[in-house]
Amino acid sequence: MNSPSDALSPGTPAPNFSLRATPDQLVSLRDFQGRPIILAFYPADWSPVCGDQMSLYNEILEEFHRFDAELIGISVDGAWCHVAFSRDRHLHFPLLADFEPKGHVARLYGVYRPEEGTSARALFVIDEAGIIRWSYVSPVGVNPGADGIIRALEAMRTGVPHAH
Amino acid sequence: MRTKDRVLLSGAVGPRDHAQGPASAPITLVEYGDYECPHCARAHPIVKQLQRQLGSDLRVVFRNFPLTNIHAHAQHAAESAEAAGAQGRFWEMHDTLFKHQRALDDDSLAGYAATIGLDTDRFERELAGHLHGARVREDVATGARSGVNGTPTFFINGVRHDGGWELEMLQAAIRRVTADVIAD
Repeated sequence: MNSPSDALSPGTPAPNFSLRATPDQLVSLRDFQGRPIILAFYPADWSPVCGDQMSLYNEILEEFHRFDAELIGISVDGAWCHVAFSRDRHLHFPLLADFEPKGHVARLYGVYRPEEGTSARALFVIDEAGIIRWSYVSPVGVNPGADGIIRALEAMRTGVPHAH
Repeated sequence: MRTKDRVLLSGAVGPRDHAQGPASAPITLVEYGDYECPHCARAHPIVKQLQRQLGSDLRVVFRNFPLTNIHAHAQHAAESAEAAGAQGRFWEMHDTLFKHQRALDDDSLAGYAATIGLDTDRFERELAGHLHGARVREDVATGARSGVNGTPTFFINGVRHDGGWELEMLQAAIRRVTADVIAD
């Protein structure tokens, strides 16, 4: 899989889920209703580069907050792993553990890669009413950056449909 | 923004940029980088080599993208390059910072300012007051919109370069992107 057509497309209501952000904290998509949400699925914590995707987004949270948007990272890593990774990289946004059943939420969004046992690098921008307004699956190995997210948030604000 | 698979630079190169090489050069290489990033330090001599090889055919632009949450000195280092730029010495500080990447604490930065002949009182005042902090943030904002996806990220004539940045790979990419403008 990993073709963009498998990912839930714009106009689809975003499936709700509850996942652990830490070993004792559950986070639901519904908790954020009323604000734009950026869901960033990524394969795994601990990529061995400086500007890994989550560290990159961490540096530009201000650009997302301009739109009152919340960023949520999701991978199949466990909650303890996320805690360690998040602490190491000083992340200021939640990482959710799609750990049990493994990849369940990634499957719901059509971005699980069974041959790898991880999600794809996939981005979803969800509006205040819980509708997916933009989605993108990045080619394997390419960190997608944030330009598509920002443009989607801009399009939501102005009401102009976002062409990728 | 993107057109198919091409990710395009947002924020055209202009007078606010730090550039080496003529504005009329057929090739413009824009780098978003972080002075504390080891990959950027490795890329630095590679860019220099390209400049030697391509001469006035190449314009090089550097914009800041400090990863402040993982590199404790990156923000101050970026601001110190801008402070040097305010005194007309951006590139001297740029080179110095990459050369001395392991010593980017404030005392070291002040030392480099003195070595390259800056007005150190002004330099330290501007650094302490974060006079150039907003400018660095502007670079980060244009980088975010341009699809910067790590450091260093290069753009060749406004198109993000997605391959590796070893010399041969950058040379090949420059040849591909500019085949039509520097033919023969």
